[in-house]
Amino acid sequence: MNTVAAQMPAATAAIPKVSFDWVPMALVVVLAVAAMPFIGSPSTWLTLTVAGLAMGMIVFIIASGLTLVFGLMDVLNFGHGVFIAMGAFVAMSVLGTMPDWTASTSLWMNLVAVLPAMLAAMLVAGVVGWAFERVLVRPVYGQHLKQILITMGGMIIGEEIIKMIWGPGQQALPLPGALKGSFIFGDAAVEKFRVLAVVIGAVVLIAMLFTLNRTKIGLLIRAGVQDREMVESLGYRIRRLFIGVFVAGSALAGLGGSLWALYEQGVVPQMGAKVNVLIFIVIIIGGLGSTLGCFVGALLVGLLANYTGFLAPKVAMFSNIGLMVLVLLWRPQGLYPVAKR
Amino acid sequence: MLNRLLSHDLPRNRWLSLLLIVIVLGLAFTPFLFPGTKALNVAAKILVFIVLVASFDLLLGYTGIVSFAHTMFFGIGAYGVAIASTRMGPGWGALLIGVAAALVVSLLLSLLIGLFSLRVKAIFFAMITLAVASAFLTLASQMSDFTGGEDGLNFKVPEALQPGTQYLESPVLGASIDGRFVTYYLLFFAALVLVLTMLRIVNSPFGRVLQAIRENDFRAESIGYRTVVFRTLSNVLSALFATLAGSLLALWLRYNGPDTSLSFEIMLDILLIVVIGGMGTIYGAVIGGVLFLLAQSYLQDLMKLGASAVDGVPVLSQIISPERWLLWLGILFVLSVYHFPSGVVGRMRTIRSSVSPPKK
Repeated sequence: MNTVAAQMPAATAAIPKVSFDWVPMALVVVLAVAAMPFIGSPSTWLTLTVAGLAMGMIVFIIASGLTLVFGLMDVLNFGHGVFIAMGAFVAMSVLGTMPDWTASTSLWMNLVAVLPAMLAAMLVAGVVGWAFERVLVRPVYGQHLKQILITMGGMIIGEEIIKMIWGPGQQALPLPGALKGSFIFGDAAVEKFRVLAVVIGAVVLIAMLFTLNRTKIGLLIRAGVQDREMVESLGYRIRRLFIGVFVAGSALAGLGGSLWALYEQGVVPQMGAKVNVLIFIVIIIGGLGSTLGCFVGALLVGLLANYTGFLAPKVAMFSNIGLMVLVLLWRPQGLYPVAKR
Repeated sequence: MLNRLLSHDLPRNRWLSLLLIVIVLGLAFTPFLFPGTKALNVAAKILVFIVLVASFDLLLGYTGIVSFAHTMFFGIGAYGVAIASTRMGPGWGALLIGVAAALVVSLLLSLLIGLFSLRVKAIFFAMITLAVASAFLTLASQMSDFTGGEDGLNFKVPEALQPGTQYLESPVLGASIDGRFVTYYLLFFAALVLVLTMLRIVNSPFGRVLQAIRENDFRAESIGYRTVVFRTLSNVLSALFATLAGSLLALWLRYNGPDTSLSFEIMLDILLIVVIGGMGTIYGAVIGGVLFLLAQSYLQDLMKLGASAVDGVPVLSQIISPERWLLWLGILFVLSVYHFPSGVVGRMRTIRSSVSPPKK
């Protein structure tokens, strides 16, 4: 968000320059470096760091939609997990129809199978998101209490519908042939799929930053996050914009869900609720409504989860909450607070 | 006398009063009216849930804060009794120490969560409690040395409450007077006292401030009430009552595990009961709890019958099957939040007030 102001040419000299806040970014690097001595061997550290970055990227893809929806319309969607699970299950079904393509060890044939699976996941999650907004969220704009209750109810219904279609049990989702195994750097083994996840995450991040910072729609979204009423009074229909963001956010959650399913190599109907907890922590850390904060928060959570999972598996679940507590003590509004809130 | 007992907060509707009287009498004489283990179990569960839901109502209905960690405190209470009784052996001392320790843990934890997240923003609270509660659930199922893990803990209650203890040789009016009987009445009177205490709290000046914060926190702050303090206190109080409810549950079941007291499904049940019964009316917890638990205990059997009747039909049999119970709960929940936000009690009270407005 702040980057735009920093990159603006000097023609806007009348506007005081906003200096970019590097500290939270540096925190990610500091965390990675600080973990090194505890872990000991550099090769393990590299493996864990790549795993953490992959996880962070996936979490970012999922959480970005949620944080934008909150920033734009002040809607806190507890049902975001439905889109994640929906995407994961759809991707699994699509991959299941192409066993020959996924079993092959040729990377290109695998990608031909994985790509439509992800697109289908995005499409279905987007449609479900549209219906969700239409039926559940729309009547309760501006009422936080009811929003929380209603979207929570929506989450339960969605989960049950998934159970009805795909069955209640856990189902395995094997990785496509060429994505199995690892790249070996010296002693360090870096799983191939994690590299792919980082690449996809980076592509989504760049596409998103481009849309938000370089297009008119992005300008309107950012303006809407800052001051909804002003955008409305300038004649833009913020509601349409909002539906667009909601659907896009749901589609991204679907994409993230399919990646998450491949990352975990399995799907359960309850996965949405599980990931939901993680992305709430992320968007609180990042500052509700801030995309950049969401990105930094996701990386921090991903890295920390992998490091603590290796060092002390029993407290891993609490490490994220501890991180959140520390961040909020330091910056009560999150790493990158959104101006008006 | 009755007026004072109910803290001058009468049901304010003739039918509502009648319903409440029927419920209280029904629960008071369950061992005589409905002999049989299942009926007594359902009644005991109703008692526990009435306390649990009323304590949640204190938070959601009166203060306007959504918490998803209520089952955590419920679980702490249950685990307190369970762990103390396993470690120290059955006895009243173990019971007391368990409850006291659980109360202290809940107090500290709720104070911490409250001060921490309510200071920043009320909406954080819902998210943070969700995260903390899920972490706690994981912790409880992982620390198997202490909590029994997924299997939970089976333990013995004091001699006087054990089902084997017979007080009278022959049953009185169809009810056998044994340890279970005594436990049931212990639960009944504990629940009665706790609910009346909560009624007292919400009708005190303190309760009025909570309602003011619910209606308009900015205004409440301007008048000079420190909303953070009141919100945190409300959170702590509700956590303590939930802890006591948890202890009662453990006492009745003589067992505790993650699924019986900590699971997210119970949280959902609580939310649904509060909404159906009526938010912001302690009576709603009573009515909602009875309706819901009766439905849960007996309707699922009905669904099973229905599912077997339409066995051949593909989609219908899936929808009616008892495994889809949660689906129906979810739909019911959403519909009641939309169309029935004041719940049974709220609706009944508005009917009355349209005829003759209450004198206030």
